[in-house]
Amino acid sequence: MSPELPFPVAAHAALSDSQLRHNLAHVTRSIRSKRAAAVAELSDWEQLRAAGAALKDRVLRHLDEYLLELEASVTRAGGVVHWARDAHECNRIVAELAAAHGADEVVKVKSLTTEEIELNEGLARHGIRAVETDLAQLIIQLSDDRPSHVLVPAIHRNRTQIRDLLRARLPEAAADLSDDPEELVAVARAHLRRLFLRARFGVSGANFAVAETGTVCVLESEGNGRMCTTLPEVLVTVMGIEKVIPAWRDLEVFLALLPRSSTAERMNPYTSLWTGVSDGDGPREFHLVLLDNGRSDVLADEVGRQALRCIRCSACLNVCPVYERTGGHAYGSVYPGPIGAILAPQLSGLREHRSLPYASSLCGACYEVCPVRIDIPQVLVHLRERVVASAPRAGVRGALDPERLAMRGLARVFASRRAYEAAQRAGRRGQGPFVSDGVVRRGPGPLGAWTSARDLPAVAPQSFRDWWRSSNG
Amino acid sequence: MIVSVNRASLFITCLNDTLFPQAGRAVVSLLDRLGVAVDFPLQQTCCGQMHFNTGYAEEAIPLLRRFVGAFADAEVIVSPSASCVGMVRDAYPALARRSGDARLEREVHEIAPRVLELCELLVDRVGVEDVGARFPHRVAYHPTCHSLRALGLGDRPLRLLRSVAGIDLVALPDAESCCGFGGTFAVKNADVSVAMLTDKLRAVLDTGAEVVTAADSSCLMQIGGGLQRQRAGVRTMHLAEILAADGSEA
Repeated sequence: MSPELPFPVAAHAALSDSQLRHNLAHVTRSIRSKRAAAVAELSDWEQLRAAGAALKDRVLRHLDEYLLELEASVTRAGGVVHWARDAHECNRIVAELAAAHGADEVVKVKSLTTEEIELNEGLARHGIRAVETDLAQLIIQLSDDRPSHVLVPAIHRNRTQIRDLLRARLPEAAADLSDDPEELVAVARAHLRRLFLRARFGVSGANFAVAETGTVCVLESEGNGRMCTTLPEVLVTVMGIEKVIPAWRDLEVFLALLPRSSTAERMNPYTSLWTGVSDGDGPREFHLVLLDNGRSDVLADEVGRQALRCIRCSACLNVCPVYERTGGHAYGSVYPGPIGAILAPQLSGLREHRSLPYASSLCGACYEVCPVRIDIPQVLVHLRERVVASAPRAGVRGALDPERLAMRGLARVFASRRAYEAAQRAGRRGQGPFVSDGVVRRGPGPLGAWTSARDLPAVAPQSFRDWWRSSNG
Repeated sequence: MIVSVNRASLFITCLNDTLFPQAGRAVVSLLDRLGVAVDFPLQQTCCGQMHFNTGYAEEAIPLLRRFVGAFADAEVIVSPSASCVGMVRDAYPALARRSGDARLEREVHEIAPRVLELCELLVDRVGVEDVGARFPHRVAYHPTCHSLRALGLGDRPLRLLRSVAGIDLVALPDAESCCGFGGTFAVKNADVSVAMLTDKLRAVLDTGAEVVTAADSSCLMQIGGGLQRQRAGVRTMHLAEILAADGSEA
């Protein structure tokens, strides 16, 4: 993605968007309580989480072996496997496949991975039009917008905005189209049917791919994915290398964890599983593109690699107090919310998204709900350390970095009892001009960010230790 | 009352020591009432949580070393701060390992489980829920993220509060939502922090409480800072202050 605004700057703008705040508060609150209820139905939820985490860790420990096994299984079943180092390679592979089949239009299943590599833009450069067929993703595409939620990409839009959009962009929409959800869906359905029936080339992502059998699995709610994976003559699946799972039976764990965590359903409406190609049924050709795009680098980080367990359920977004107030766009990444804050900087090798590890109060709600037990707060703190370690140290900017100077200075103060007690006394004396009625209303320097909306307590007239000494001396 | 603990060392935390000494004095008077003798190692300064959480783990290691030195002889260490207890119990072991000092690692391994948050000491070790307090006020309890998720204090603080004579303990809506403090987050992402605080204040004001209490002075500094700025007429008190109260200050 293009260079983004630092999170605090982007968040500042988002916080003033009252429509966004209202939609987010409403939707996240609703999904939160439904998820809690769906999860509470299973007495072995914690064991399922542990099993999901263990399976994913096993995959990550032996990723090379499972990927080769998957390649062999897919090939045996009549599919073709491609390996893509990065976004550029992946987009070229898909574009060449489309061109080889003379396709100038491809229908797409909603896929975060293809968003990550900006496949639609990549195909457009080759004169190929990619059409999103998930309703929310279609809304995003028609309005030239970006998704703001992993699962509910148009969470920031309301139905009146969607009615106006469909009326402006789809020939199937009548001039008097209402904002009744059923009417809106009917228009999208009529539009999409036309596209499905003429589609010759489909593109999907993958929720899981089974190394043992070569089976690819996609979970969805609308049935558009089933259309895309069965009607076209050619199907290409783009999948991050971490999505492989060892065996067919492992789906038992993930198909229990994912729907309850993401849509709060016991089982999602459509689960498509396909293994290579079959005579007389489905696509004539199947290609699987295995994408790295930074994942091997994430794998090399002992603490950070747990982010690769993610099954993209978005439960962490829905419980995050930061996401709930800023929405997804402020993160400047395809992957927003807590998981985005640990995944995006790692995938880019910390070259981008350096402010994201700090976009969290470390409240821990994300870790509590994560179906594969990613300790997101732990990874956030770890990445903050990497951000600090890789900050420029040379030159005036490096030498005078105010945060580092303050942290170093405080570390020296705390390192000795004498310096610490002297600092307490100095603070008490020095705060004089700033204090009224026992509080600081307008603090100097970085404290100004605190006192912009909050009073700050003054250094107490007598510290605890002074009191202790005077009463126990 | 089964008093299996008769002596505890107070880990005051730098924030309480400097800005909220009344929380520490309350711990001392409360434990004194319960027959637990308190000592206060003066060598303690700061546990290093702010450095660690902001990405300055290297700077936190000498502070860890200092903590271990200050409390080496303590049988039980008690603190009126869930987040600083969480720092010692959750982050210290890995930090000590990173220091490459095997002895320090061993010492941390021994000391970390002896560090207890005040409610843990009272309910689990002293075995008391009614601490003999009297506090005739309407109170809302905010479960801080670290007390809730890092330490898993559960309903211990509420059990202690419910046993306080005269208290009108009200349920706080969306109690488990973060107040927006988050250490340096409150300054680095001040706008988001304040947006989170606003919702917390709304919930507090809806209860009609006079007092908001919690197990962390840091979160109370955030909530209290907002309440004071808005002249809301609601004050914050550390949980220890309510448990130490005998009604005379009412």
